[in-house]
Amino acid sequence: MASSRILIVGAGPAGVRCAETLVRHGLRPTLIDENRRDGGQIYRRQPEGFQRDYRTLYGSEADKAKALHDSFDQLRPELDYYSDTSAWHLSGQRLYAHQQGRPLELDYDHLLLCTGATDRVMPVKGWQLAGTYSLGGAQIALKNQAVSIGHEVVFMGSGPLLYLVASQYLKAGANVAAVLDTSAFSKRLSALPKLLSRAPLTARGSLLLADLLRHGVSLHFGIRPLEVLGSTDSGVSAIRFARADGSVSEICCDALALGYHLRPETQLADLAGCAFQFDELSRQWLLQLDDLGRTSVPQVYAAGDGARIRGADAAERAGELAAIALLQDLNRATPELAARQQQLHSELAVLSRFAQGLSEAFPWPAQHAAQLSDDTIICRCEMISAGELRRTVQAKGALEVNRAKAFSRVGMGRCQGRYCAHVGAEVIAAASGEPLQVVGRQRGQAPVKPLPISLYAVEPTDPAPQESMQQPAPEVLS
Amino acid sequence: MSLMATTRTSPIHHREADVIIVGGGFMGAASAFFLRQRGLSVILLERDMIGQYASGVNFGNVRRQGRYLCQLDLANRSRALWSRLPELIDDDLEFLPSGHMRVCYQQAQIAELEAYAAAPEARELELQVLSGKALRERFPYLGADVVGGSYAPHDGHANPRLAAPAFARAARRAGADVLEGVEVSQVEKTGSGFRVQTEGQGEFRSAQLLITAGAWGDRLSAQFGEPVPLVPRGPQMSVTEPLPYRLKTVIGVYTQLEEEVVYFRQIPRGNIIIGGCHRATPDMVSRRVSFEPQAMVLQMQQMRRVIPQLGNINIIRSWSGIESYLPDSLPVMGPSSQVEGLYYAFGFCGAGFQLGPGVGEVMAELLSTGQTSTHIDSFHIRRFAAAEQRERVAV
Ligand SMILES: Cc1cc2nc3c(=O)[nH]c(=O)nc-3n(C[C@H](O)[C@H](O)[C@H](O)COP(=O)(O)OP(=O)(O)OC[C@H]3O[C@@H](n4cnc5c(N)ncnc54)[C@H](O)[C@@H]3O)c2cc1C
Ligand SMILES: Cc1cc2nc3c(=O)[nH]c(=O)nc-3n(C[C@H](O)[C@H](O)[C@H](O)COP(=O)(O)OP(=O)(O)OC[C@H]3O[C@@H](n4cnc5c(N)ncnc54)[C@H](O)[C@@H]3O)c2cc1C
Repeated sequence: MASSRILIVGAGPAGVRCAETLVRHGLRPTLIDENRRDGGQIYRRQPEGFQRDYRTLYGSEADKAKALHDSFDQLRPELDYYSDTSAWHLSGQRLYAHQQGRPLELDYDHLLLCTGATDRVMPVKGWQLAGTYSLGGAQIALKNQAVSIGHEVVFMGSGPLLYLVASQYLKAGANVAAVLDTSAFSKRLSALPKLLSRAPLTARGSLLLADLLRHGVSLHFGIRPLEVLGSTDSGVSAIRFARADGSVSEICCDALALGYHLRPETQLADLAGCAFQFDELSRQWLLQLDDLGRTSVPQVYAAGDGARIRGADAAERAGELAAIALLQDLNRATPELAARQQQLHSELAVLSRFAQGLSEAFPWPAQHAAQLSDDTIICRCEMISAGELRRTVQAKGALEVNRAKAFSRVGMGRCQGRYCAHVGAEVIAAASGEPLQVVGRQRGQAPVKPLPISLYAVEPTDPAPQESMQQPAPEVLS
Repeated sequence: MSLMATTRTSPIHHREADVIIVGGGFMGAASAFFLRQRGLSVILLERDMIGQYASGVNFGNVRRQGRYLCQLDLANRSRALWSRLPELIDDDLEFLPSGHMRVCYQQAQIAELEAYAAAPEARELELQVLSGKALRERFPYLGADVVGGSYAPHDGHANPRLAAPAFARAARRAGADVLEGVEVSQVEKTGSGFRVQTEGQGEFRSAQLLITAGAWGDRLSAQFGEPVPLVPRGPQMSVTEPLPYRLKTVIGVYTQLEEEVVYFRQIPRGNIIIGGCHRATPDMVSRRVSFEPQAMVLQMQQMRRVIPQLGNINIIRSWSGIESYLPDSLPVMGPSSQVEGLYYAFGFCGAGFQLGPGVGEVMAELLSTGQTSTHIDSFHIRRFAAAEQRERVAV
């Protein structure tokens, strides 16, 4: 079975550790990523030729970033690696992608999905105004282009990234007008036993908080976002929110970074037919997986934040576990692998407990979806309001997400529901009185991201793997 | 999780009616509405959700031109109803009589388009066949490969997602029992009428029975000894991001090669919906059919052949749906040849959306009066019985 074709999507911590494990056992996987370089989201690598040092770029995570990049550099000759390559569909064990404007097809026997996560957002009235960014978008602007999203920035939402990105902005010299957290501080205390499973990290979180306070950033817990104020011409001018005691406040700003932790990227798994299960704690649909990362579809595996939101350290381990699963399935199990598996499992148990603590400390504020005013835009691509969606539920009896999508267009736009489907589901659930899991999950449809039609207009020429010509040039569509 | 699992069963109020309709696609929903207009009591039984299959996911072409001439009488009747939807069901289904252009790549085909336009059956369509200078002037954006076309000024397009549910709501308002989440397992004729058994939802009875079960219609007709050679297929659809609204005419290609058959329409919101070039094989167990990547490739190439300027645009979504096809590309529509009081309307071969309102009205007329003024004889199920008999004799 040495000829088994193995394809990994995603060159972040999960994908790289997965590839490394496979290579160490004599396999030659193909690895693709839509980014220019390896590293994934958190360890996103600076463009070739840039020389910013690791401390500046990755702060406390510099060593881990360096270790992952070094591993990747060593692996590269042993891989067929396609960077800048975005997968848009798969069918019959063939992945359809495009690389720099050219179509690319890759056949596989085994598929490892290490596709990471994206921001999870909750709409707020006025969030379509210019100057509203997702938390991740705000971080990427800072990391990649070293620019701030505004002069006076409010950070609103919940989750550890809220504080992290706010303090990164502070450090970069930006004015942080406020950090508005929907989670009550008491949640953090009650989640403390779980959070202490990684005491140093929790301590670092507290330091971030202290840092923000020292810089005089106004911090509010247990808030409810009410409105992004401003105008179409000049964009965001202030944030209005209700404090925990119910009183209403406004904070002036010219930019808003909004985010509520993360949601897994699962479109490719969905297109592959993998089953999902509802997770009560995070109120999200997650892939159904065994304890090594096998999905419900034979020979399709998932690891990292795309599978379970547990952070980069867990992603590295889960990537390795998925590789072990694959090696087992190829009858290449060894006693060393079994021992390694056990060790990874016990490490992951700690990381999972911590992730659970984070979910409890910074819960997704589902009740806010029910309270969104009727004129709040839910689907920014199609400009559909909460009121329109509620009317669809009530007047047309659309009690299921795909049904409500068909009638109202929520989730039909460019983003394919990435930013709105989970909120749409909450609104439907609240309006119909049905539990969220009964309301269902929006099915993924190809293409994973908008696909330029020019891709197939000209006769394609053969793209080559960037590093290696070992593998025959992949078949190309005509 | 499958969609089927989330379909809840509607509350059941009656178990007996003048007519039971099996299948709540466009045909079933429209029939329920028009039967109520004629005063018959109706129970519509839909296994999943109203209009969830072909009726809700089709391309949305309200096109008459290009149909077999024997279908135009029915299509004309339906077209008249499309204009009256707001008064009938209080919803226009976003119908736009935008005009439809059927283009071709070969000179010889222009004569074929002309012959079609000249047929007496097509008179009401007021087709205009264009080529040469007239074509370029009227449609300057068409590519060099296009040599001619037939323009149908009164054809157009509508939003399929809204159609069957809107008819079902109107039927409900008019007193029909429209039940979702009720799957019919057994149908049989009793002395005076029909007994309809369901999966776990008990039994229903009626004097007359109408089968509008789309790609599953053959399973029910077979229970009455009338098998038909139905084949389910999944036409492929995709849609672009919104663009300025310029393409006001629906365009389709007239050709013998399936991979050249592309059709597209722009909606006022700006998206261009594209269909054709390929049909996938549905999975009849999960009741799903995928959009296959090769269809995307063909559609993009073929669309740019028709309109080369469509350059830097993005496809944002794709889908397919389960449609029923018959070997002669005609539906099964009309009374059973075996059982008194039993009627069929299924197997619309990729072209049932335009026909929906007309089929509903004709079936209501047929069930309530025993006859219809519309020519539907070519669609009678007996044509397959005859074919089967011939085969048997040959063996
Ligand atoms: C916006 C954002 C900011 C974050 N900031 C921090 C932070 O500051 N600190 C922290 O500890 N954690 C942060 N995280 C979380 C951290 O990034 C993840 O825990 C970690 O990266 C998970 O690793 P992974 O390998 O699972 O996924 P990722 O590192 O996200 O890697 C997934 C890779 O898959 C690729 N990919 C996905 N889909 C496709 C496709 N269709 N075709 C081709 N390639 C594809 C992506 O390009 C990406 O490189 C952040 C996450 C996000 C989304
Ligand atoms: C992708 C696609 C594009 C198309 N484009 C066009 C177009 O542009 N123009 C056009 O005119 N036509 C088009 N068509 C064809 C058109 O959509 C169909 O002909 C039409 O919708 C058929 O309607 P129907 O009610 O017969 O079938 P369906 O919509 O399939 O409805 C049948 C219903 O019966 C139910 N059912 C089946 N068995 C049972 C049972 N045992 N018990 C209870 N319920 C049952 C099913 O659940 C289903 O809801 C297209 C079709 C597809 C799939």
